[in-house]
Amino acid sequence: MIIELGHHALVLAFLVALLQGTVPLVGAARRDLALMELGRSAALVQLLALAGAFAALTHAYVTSDFSVLNVAENSHSMKPMLYKVTGVWGNHEGSMLLWVLVLAAFGLAVALRGHGLPAVLKARVLAIQGLLGAGFLGFILLTSNPFLRLDPVPADGRDLNPLLQDPGLAFHPPMLYLGYVGFSVAFSFSVAALIEGRVDPAWARWVRPWTLAAWSALTAGIALGSWWAYYELGWGGWWYWDPVENASFMPWLAGTALLHSAIVVEKRDALKSWTILLAIIAFGFSLMGTFLVRSGVLTSVHAFAVDPDRGLYILVLLAVTIGGALALFAFRAPAMAQGSLFRPISREGGLVANNLLLATATATVCVGTLYPLFLDAATGEKVSVGPPFFHATFVPVMLPAVLLAGIGPMLAWKRADLEGVFTRLRFAALVAGAVALLTWLLQHGHHPGPVIGLALAAWLAASTLIEWTGRVGLFRRRGIVARIIGLPRSAHGMTLAHLGLAVFICGAVGDSFWRREVVVDATPGAVAELAGYRVVLEDIRSGNGPNYEAEVVRLRVERDGEAIGELRPERRFYPVQGTRTTEAAIRSRPLGDLYAAVGEGRTPEHRTLRLWHAPLVPWIWAGALMMVTGGLVSLSDRRLRVGAPRRTPGPVTQPAGGD
Amino acid sequence: MRFLAIVAFLLLAPLAAAPVHAVQPDEIFADSGLEQRAREIFRGVRCLVCQNQSIDDSDAALAQDLRTLIRERLVAGESDEQIHRFLVARYGEFVLLDPPFRPGTWLLWASPVLALLAGIAIAWAALRRRRSPVEPAALSDDERARLAALAASDEEGQ
Repeated sequence: MIIELGHHALVLAFLVALLQGTVPLVGAARRDLALMELGRSAALVQLLALAGAFAALTHAYVTSDFSVLNVAENSHSMKPMLYKVTGVWGNHEGSMLLWVLVLAAFGLAVALRGHGLPAVLKARVLAIQGLLGAGFLGFILLTSNPFLRLDPVPADGRDLNPLLQDPGLAFHPPMLYLGYVGFSVAFSFSVAALIEGRVDPAWARWVRPWTLAAWSALTAGIALGSWWAYYELGWGGWWYWDPVENASFMPWLAGTALLHSAIVVEKRDALKSWTILLAIIAFGFSLMGTFLVRSGVLTSVHAFAVDPDRGLYILVLLAVTIGGALALFAFRAPAMAQGSLFRPISREGGLVANNLLLATATATVCVGTLYPLFLDAATGEKVSVGPPFFHATFVPVMLPAVLLAGIGPMLAWKRADLEGVFTRLRFAALVAGAVALLTWLLQHGHHPGPVIGLALAAWLAASTLIEWTGRVGLFRRRGIVARIIGLPRSAHGMTLAHLGLAVFICGAVGDSFWRREVVVDATPGAVAELAGYRVVLEDIRSGNGPNYEAEVVRLRVERDGEAIGELRPERRFYPVQGTRTTEAAIRSRPLGDLYAAVGEGRTPEHRTLRLWHAPLVPWIWAGALMMVTGGLVSLSDRRLRVGAPRRTPGPVTQPAGGD
Repeated sequence: MRFLAIVAFLLLAPLAAAPVHAVQPDEIFADSGLEQRAREIFRGVRCLVCQNQSIDDSDAALAQDLRTLIRERLVAGESDEQIHRFLVARYGEFVLLDPPFRPGTWLLWASPVLALLAGIAIAWAALRRRRSPVEPAALSDDERARLAALAASDEEGQ
């Protein structure tokens, strides 16, 4: 019964989304306020209906209602409650339902938050959101309905892939979707602006917070996924340039470019059409990510044929949405008013260069990801484009971008004094040089990679701090606290995010170049030595979890003859799916991780013990966390909370003593 | 299909559905220089039966066979290039994670440069257009009248 209600709610949401996508557009064209206002109530009803549908599916998972096909295929009565709930989006149909739920939530947020928005613009933005929702709801209803019943009802479910029964992955998809779908708001604003034919700084002030929110969520989502891959998959890798990884990385790169170009629109009223184009592209990549992952083309071109309906529907949706927006762009953008002027050497110029490099990086990742597909389709030749390609192409494009990130924030708007900037950055150059020299001298072997990487990270960190201390006047006399508080939050946010990037680079360099590994065939009592650690295999025990059998290997970690801790890597067997997994054990310290994983050994008594020492690895996620925090701090900026300045007739009254 | 759905769900996960044992303790060379060369080669060779993994990371039987094969050739004194040639002759270029530079992949390798050049061209064109702004055409009488009407209605609306 509840499932049928959920199904009906889904159909209702689809119909309401259709209304939301059409009526306000007509209203906006006719300047009919009543029709335009429909968008608001429709957004509310759509969200309520979808929340109901989602709750219905969740209820089926929580109560293990195996008469529902989706639950029977992806859940099990013995599964821990946390994974029963997160299992709702641990499968194709449920995750698409989450997608539209997030989309509707963003739609309602625009409806509720947009007090100062011109009514026409708001109506159009809500309508575009409604059309997107209708497109995806149609997809769910036609090809991926989670509310189908099963007859006869099986005694128990088939369980969720054990690899996905993990807290890291439980929250990775919602975060990622917040990011993907968050870009839909920037997209809707852009399309609405194109219909309207004008973009002003107030527009950017509306778009920027949504982009920031989406970007922060996407960053967190990607970081969570890579962290999960690092500790769960058992080979200690955190990024493999896999097509599914790239599918989430492309919108991130485009979104990062968008974040920066929107600043220029807001502050200087320039780069307007480019920013609109970027918003379309960022959301386009989000859709493409969904398409690539959902259609199965990545697994193999032939997988596409296994379930052509889904792939075809998303492909058409992608073509209509992005193709339509781009066509609209081609029509309307040239007529858009020119922005204000600036010299090539200026903050604007720096941000243009940033966008140029980020766009190049996005294109590189995109071509690298899709090339095997196209070559296979066009000529039948098969090639692999793996990590070596991306290391050789993506990294060189990003190096100047990092260099520039150190200089850009110091440049003045309109026309910058490059000489003055370089004088201020002498110290940063000195720090970078010293770090390069130290790295060169201290590392084993003379690989240039770490030298360049760490020097750049030091350059970025030092110049970011110089810029920040300059702005808060750290070396001036009194009033520093007031100046720190008085500085716009977005300035603190930028500082934090750029520092986060520097920290991330250190982590990536440490892991890529300095990882040490030992692999031994071990029985209890065996000893392995690595990077100053002595690891002793104490014993092997069995232990059971709620829905798995486990074998726990206890390792004693010693340093300088003293026991400093214990590691307990596990091997698990999930009987329902007949799957084995490894649970790595990690001793994480600021300077590096000691990572242990066990596998089957030569004989039943032996275990293959695999140990890594990966210097600076935790910095990867610390850096990502700083970027996310930077984004959120920037989002809390008063300017963005207050929204766009409105033209108010007469004198403006303000409460006394505001911050 | 259910498997595919899970595959699809692993948005960020290079797929390793089984426990990893990858390189085995008994296969490792005593000579650390040679071992490093072997690992370097392994990292660039695709495991043909896995989902986008190198044979260095994979525990599949085929990956194990390939590793053994490559190790034998290394011991026999073959160069990295000879080994790559042998692998390509046997399995095709698909086996190399580092796509070779040949007519079919020129576009792939050139793509970053092409993208950058295109970006620079667009930015340059935009800057140039900016420096020589085209005078907008003067309004026609008709347009002027409409403008006046609009301004008047706007004032009423306020």
